[in-house]
Amino acid sequence: METHAISLTVNGQTYNGDVEPRMLLSDYLRHELGLTGTRVGCEHGVCGACTVLFDGQPVRSCLMLAIQTDGHELSTVEGLASSTDDLHPLQEAFWDAHGLQCGFCTPGFLMTLVPFLAENPQPTEREIREAISGNLCRCTGYQNIVEAVRLAAERMRE
Amino acid sequence: MLYNAYSSNPAMKPPPFKYIAAESVEHALEQMAEYGDAAKLLAGGQSLIPAMNFRVLQPSVLIDLNPIGDLEYIRRSDDGALVVGAMTRQRDLERSSHVERITPLLFEAMPHIAHPQIRTRGTLGGSLAHADPAAELPVIAITSGAAMKATGPSGDRWIEAKDFFQGMFSTALEPEEILVEVTFPARKPHTGWSFEETSRRRGDYGMMGVAVEVELDEGGSVKEARLVYMNAGDGPIEAEKAAALLRGQRPTQEVFAAAAAEAADNEIDPMGSVHASIDFQRHLARVLTARVLAKAYARAQSS
Repeated sequence: METHAISLTVNGQTYNGDVEPRMLLSDYLRHELGLTGTRVGCEHGVCGACTVLFDGQPVRSCLMLAIQTDGHELSTVEGLASSTDDLHPLQEAFWDAHGLQCGFCTPGFLMTLVPFLAENPQPTEREIREAISGNLCRCTGYQNIVEAVRLAAERMRE
Repeated sequence: MLYNAYSSNPAMKPPPFKYIAAESVEHALEQMAEYGDAAKLLAGGQSLIPAMNFRVLQPSVLIDLNPIGDLEYIRRSDDGALVVGAMTRQRDLERSSHVERITPLLFEAMPHIAHPQIRTRGTLGGSLAHADPAAELPVIAITSGAAMKATGPSGDRWIEAKDFFQGMFSTALEPEEILVEVTFPARKPHTGWSFEETSRRRGDYGMMGVAVEVELDEGGSVKEARLVYMNAGDGPIEAEKAAALLRGQRPTQEVFAAAAAEAADNEIDPMGSVHASIDFQRHLARVLTARVLAKAYARAQSS
């Protein structure tokens, strides 16, 4: 079996490993690095649950190979908060506005929205809805998620 | 520390393949020559990797173009054209002031291409070479008269967009060639443009879409028009008869409606899907055509 040595940074920590080329980034994060906050839903780029930041940009980790991250920096949902007492403002807002029920899709939403709010601190409702168009939630509907984003944006501007 | 419960028996989606990180275009060409049909080029991977996850495609060698940094650029040429490296990310086109100024039609279409998380990886060249009939970029390339630069063992050649697309997932690229650059010509004066598509949700596949460019003569009549449809056949569909109905005409709602009917009823050949019947796709084409023509005409008058 062909394997390649890779070295990557996830949430500021460096990891070295050997991967088979066909190992998807989503599976590598979950099964090799134990970072199971990144969720695997459709595995063909539709649901957005596996969204992570690759060199600061949101990407679908099920549509990248782990081998392609050699030498790159990743951020996953685990990097957003150091503990439950120290949540990211977006996480706080999802909590307060009931932006989740089962929580399966939430990490993907959060990792999509962190760079979105960094770029657009005062989004309109339409812009929020377009920003999350690539993330599916099957529990809450999107009303409370949109409300959570609005709330987070408001708090982060203060 | 490490959680390795699955790694002894990993549930891998794609079948095994040999991975080659291309160091340069020359290196990629050498590898393509060596492995021939067994090899596939990997650009942004936003269509290829899903196909491999489904095992619809099972290439035994994957040549990754991502490590070649020098195919990612957006420039304005001396004659005012937009010059884009094939591996330029769609997200970078979407945010480029060169694109906005030189090729506003492309700029207008960019946000419709899938979702932000796809556009950060997806490339211009990858989408064009993939040639999905439901994709926006092939339609924009033909409408704006783009040209593709292919490089192969016998050197470079240019292919006009209208000759590049050859049906469902097919292009004029030879198996041993790589698409390396795309140029979009500078827009002529008195020219208007517009792109519209209808999808069930922003970023989903468009049920129908149309791009148009209209050039007016000194007297305000249509000198040249080009209408190209997406998800309307086995490739991007150019409605030449509809364009002929516009040429030489003073633009009116009636003229636009006649062109829209010609294109929607006679020139496109939509396939229908669970989300949109063929009749509905034709209806969308009629409505969107009238809309883009009116918008393009207004823009041509004010440019």
